[in-house]
Amino acid sequence: MTEVRALNVDDTLSDDIVVDDNRVVMDVEDVSVYYGDFRAVRDVHMPVREHEITAMIGPSGCGKSTMLRSLNRMNDLIEGARVEGRITYQGIDLYGPKVDPVEVRRRIGMVFQKPNPFPKSIEENITFGPRIAGVPKSEFPELVERSLRSAAIWDEVKDRLKDSALGLSGGQQQRLCIARAIATTPDVLLMDEPCSALDPIATGRIEDLMQQLKDDYTIVIVTHNMQQAARVSDRCAFFTTEIDATNDRRTGQLVEYDRTDKIFSNPADERTENYVTGRFG
Amino acid sequence: MTLISPMVDKDKTAERVRARIESGGRDPKDIGFRWLMLATLLFSLLVLAVLVVDVVGDSWSVLSSRLGDFLANPLRSRSDEAGVFTGLRGTFWIGIFVICLSFPIGIGAAIYLEEYATDSWFTRLVDVNIRNLAGVPSVVYGILGFTIFVGLLDGPFGEDGAFGKTTVAGGLTLAVLSLPVVIITSAEAIRAVPQSLREAGYGVGATKWEVVRNHVLPYAAPGILTGTLLSLARALGEAAPLILVGAIRGRLGSNAGFFELGQLREQFTAMPILITEYATKPGDDWVPVTAAAIVILLLVVLGFNAVAVLLRNRFEAKREGK
Ligand SMILES: Nc1ncnc2c1ncn2[C@@H]1O[C@H](COP(=O)(O)OP(=O)(O)O)[C@@H](O)[C@H]1O
Ligand SMILES: [Mg+2]
Repeated sequence: MTEVRALNVDDTLSDDIVVDDNRVVMDVEDVSVYYGDFRAVRDVHMPVREHEITAMIGPSGCGKSTMLRSLNRMNDLIEGARVEGRITYQGIDLYGPKVDPVEVRRRIGMVFQKPNPFPKSIEENITFGPRIAGVPKSEFPELVERSLRSAAIWDEVKDRLKDSALGLSGGQQQRLCIARAIATTPDVLLMDEPCSALDPIATGRIEDLMQQLKDDYTIVIVTHNMQQAARVSDRCAFFTTEIDATNDRRTGQLVEYDRTDKIFSNPADERTENYVTGRFG
Repeated sequence: MTLISPMVDKDKTAERVRARIESGGRDPKDIGFRWLMLATLLFSLLVLAVLVVDVVGDSWSVLSSRLGDFLANPLRSRSDEAGVFTGLRGTFWIGIFVICLSFPIGIGAAIYLEEYATDSWFTRLVDVNIRNLAGVPSVVYGILGFTIFVGLLDGPFGEDGAFGKTTVAGGLTLAVLSLPVVIITSAEAIRAVPQSLREAGYGVGATKWEVVRNHVLPYAAPGILTGTLLSLARALGEAAPLILVGAIRGRLGSNAGFFELGQLREQFTAMPILITEYATKPGDDWVPVTAAAIVILLLVVLGFNAVAVLLRNRFEAKREGK
């Protein structure tokens, strides 16, 4: 790693090689996800690298949420949902027979599209995850402050920790949900359109926050906002849908996965180019 | 576009627009419907009011002159001595059975059906059957109670059900009777819990039980409570099944105190039985006695409902995080 950096300063190597230095923490190999016998998304290859923000973009219905929810076995909650192919975390097959989905979700946390704080106090929102994971109560005050600070919401709520989380604004609720997710100290944070219900100011704060969180976490974010993907992500996966000739249903697929600057400046696939330049038909 | 007629009139002169906009919502159909709904509400309230006023009026001579006696005396055959003690006692213990058996079992079954069971032909069959059971006439539960509970309790010592016709049999029968309604209303309340709340719980690494215990049940609590307490109120008003499991319409052998556990293995009676008994006695002197007993039962049921409302408000306030 250091060697590559040194070479980079020397400016003798092209950028392409430099970026490959981060370790792959999650790997998606040849994955299709089904709801019953409907294949929602097919043939996805997408290594997720440590301390990077990986964005998934594409038109609505192309299977971004489906793919994201498969990464921490959230799709287990949907009856009939099924994953084919291999999704690994630290080299372990997440859909292996001995894997405990509860433990998976502790390591791979999730922030949802619509802010969904528990209808409890701000403090309890943070402490629920650690409490069930067996963290002693004595550590709670520090943990609450640290999590809320990391999510850049501490100053706004520090005097009302016992108040209901439902009294917060949408943007505050979403940052609380991020704080809740990082309170269990996961490795990877999955975010499904975390800003789609927020105004531009709140969105800006969450984007800034993601840049700070990158140092400690690996982030995978779904967004349908291309500017957002361009602003925040290091890598970008572009999905689209195509009609499956055999049953006339739309199946999502991965078109291109590459570094974000490449996707936005010099995409390999014409469909990507059409989408990112707004010429999507 | 040209095929669609405009929804707003073409006439856009200032007076015309003003006249339409400031019409004050005077759509005759809308107004008519509103009055009709109000009339139905007033009608139900009126019927209820007439009943209450009538019963309370009839009962007044008893309740005002000898309330203490009336509460302390058992079922008697002289109208100036008759009371509700034994009936109240039986109804109390039957209520305990319903609360202790049908609430936990019913809520547990509802949790299983909604949160654990996968959607299969078997669970659908169970679901349909529970719904059907809720519609089975209460007499049928009486027959069931007689054959199963009375028969079982009668055990080796009894002949002709003399030992089995106890408070236990009555309590078990009404617990079973209220079970389907408890399951259905609890399942409905659990189904109404937003999926996003469950996802939030699973998202931070909670197990299914932790999600149910910490998030689903507290959220569903107001709905579960309302449903279960209403089913309790209904069970306490049932007479038919109790007659079949042998509730006594005359003097009871024992004189156990209100809270004595020993009476569970003895003959019993209950408020609806006692009311039926008083109501069918000949003579005008029984009218105030019957009415007074009805008032007492109404108060018991209202008491339960008041508790239900209070608890529900508390849970709801909690759910909103107050
Ligand atoms: N719970 C579900 N059951 C069945 N089909 C689903 C379910 N969720 C999503 N789908 C289908 O899967 C496809 C991809 O959906 P989704 O992953 O939500 O897309 P995106 O997040 O990219 O908008 C869509 O065709 C959608 O209708
Ligand atoms: Mg989505």
